[in-house]
Amino acid sequence: MDSTLFLQLCVDALAVGGLYALVALGLGVIFSVMRLANFAHAELVTCGGYALFLLSDWPPYVALPLGLLVAVLAAILTERVAFRPLRKADQTTMLIASFTVSVFIQRLLIFVAGSRPKPVDPLPGINAPIDLGGIDISGQRLITILVCLGCLLGLRWLLLRTSIGLHMRAAAEDFSMSQLVGVRANEVIIAAFVISGALAGVVAVLYTAETGFVHPRFGVQIVLVGFVATVIGGMGSLPGAVLGGFLVGGLTTLLQAFLPAGLREFREAFLFGVVILVLLVWPNGILSARSMKERV
Amino acid sequence: MTGPATPPRRSSFAAELLRWQTPLILIAVIVLVACAGTLGDVVWERRVTFALVNLVAVIGLYIFMGNSGVLTLSSVGFMAIGAYVSALLTLPVNMKSMFLPHLPSLLAQANLDWPVAMLLAGLIPALVALVAGVMITRLSGIGASIATMSLLFMIYIVLGNWDELTGGQNSLMGLKTFVKLPVAAGLGAGAILIAFAYQESRWAVALRASREDEVAARSIGVRIVPMRLIAFVIGAFVSGIAGMGFAHFQGTLRVENFYLDSTFLFLSMLVIGGSGSLTGAVVGTFVVSGLTELFRLSEVGIALPDAAGRIAVPAGLGDVILPAVLLAILIFRPQGILAGRELILWPLHRNRE
Repeated sequence: MDSTLFLQLCVDALAVGGLYALVALGLGVIFSVMRLANFAHAELVTCGGYALFLLSDWPPYVALPLGLLVAVLAAILTERVAFRPLRKADQTTMLIASFTVSVFIQRLLIFVAGSRPKPVDPLPGINAPIDLGGIDISGQRLITILVCLGCLLGLRWLLLRTSIGLHMRAAAEDFSMSQLVGVRANEVIIAAFVISGALAGVVAVLYTAETGFVHPRFGVQIVLVGFVATVIGGMGSLPGAVLGGFLVGGLTTLLQAFLPAGLREFREAFLFGVVILVLLVWPNGILSARSMKERV
Repeated sequence: MTGPATPPRRSSFAAELLRWQTPLILIAVIVLVACAGTLGDVVWERRVTFALVNLVAVIGLYIFMGNSGVLTLSSVGFMAIGAYVSALLTLPVNMKSMFLPHLPSLLAQANLDWPVAMLLAGLIPALVALVAGVMITRLSGIGASIATMSLLFMIYIVLGNWDELTGGQNSLMGLKTFVKLPVAAGLGAGAILIAFAYQESRWAVALRASREDEVAARSIGVRIVPMRLIAFVIGAFVSGIAGMGFAHFQGTLRVENFYLDSTFLFLSMLVIGGSGSLTGAVVGTFVVSGLTELFRLSEVGIALPDAAGRIAVPAGLGDVILPAVLLAILIFRPQGILAGRELILWPLHRNRE
């Protein structure tokens, strides 16, 4: 394989993988503190996208923060209304609840805004191709890679250097034990939802910039792939989520590039097949969180 | 909640009759519902038939999910497989050559009677479930749910893109619509009998033990993986037949019909009724079907006298209310309406102590 093609694939994999990693992190932050696999994360991305659509006439420095804020508020609202009453419920009930919340928001958006796609362009003029010695790296890809890197470093700083980060890590390790030593359950969980919502907002910006439109099921596809990433990487482990995101990004890029044309439309089927295989070898994912193992 | 391990020593026929009272009463309910279906106009009859076909689908979901306690999202995928199997085997040969010119000749020439097609519509999804289940049933909890979700997506993507076999994203049209009210009622009754016969078996008792406590069940010698696999395969069989029911009720077939929306509908029916019992599955189906019908009627609205217009609820509101109802049930009554109880009018055994 010549080196230009190789570098091109790397750039593609990084851009795609970075976006998946952000989604996987948003899911993983919630899962690590409250064992909730949040299907409704998709709708946080969608809400962010709709906010950007409504703010189309405003300059980016107003629209982007407000879009982010909408995603965060939506996250807090779902926690308060749906997930807080269910905090003591078993995992299956919470899983069904998050699926329900997801369907509810989707249908509410269809009811209010209709199911037609709406045009969005949050970062105008960004899709112009930049040619770097034969490698096509559009401004959108470059920004995606940089923003993902920034988010990863920011989250790392938050978790390792602040007291709320310490509390969140303690809660992820053992929720009831952390409460006994003074970690406040509500604070930690709200913090997790705020982080998750903010990440969903970032994904909304980057993903609408890529696709150029938003519709009521906008977030579903990317969040389902993000799910695959968290499962492969290890549910409840944040480094695992990032690893999973980039693995899935790399795998998608490779499948896209090297599958014979007749099989390319089945690309996602291979991806979901990989999930089942990975789960067989590592039932808790590649980097399984130690605390995930149920104690008896 | 469930039958005793050793039946009470009464004359065996009476004892068996008592043991089977739940499915018999439920079948009686189905017969009543079907009779009620004949009382209205054609639209009403179709709505009732549709509810009965839904019932088969919900029971297919219940067989694995209710007994194992593991949320499965793949049952709609098995329905899709069953629907396409039956459609391809019963479509008239000339229509197949028109819609699907690239079919393998064996399938292109096939023109089976519907009972044979129905059996295959159950058996082939069951076979797929056996192969996939060998892997999936090793997992527990969320991992298992996500694996079944992955399976649903794989089925959806494969069926939706395999143009030679399914016509891809296009609809298949012209299926024989033999699933009328009596056939649908028969399918519902059959599903109830299969589900009950299974849940009285020792495999199901062992599986329910693992649902309550996996470690404790293993400690008393329950081999969880094969027990789950049995339920997964039987559930897929019933789901496949439900899929056939849909195809030959509607007369048209699209992969899109067997995806997240229908997954959500059947899941909400099962959870609202209570996923822990067969009675719950039946009650949930009828409650949600009734609610849906109510929403539909209120969206049609009432004509005001003197042609002054209509009073109607805005279209699509019912779609929003159903998930809200499900969420309320999950929060306030997470075990569903029946909370795991079966319908038992005559107790099997008085206090034996």
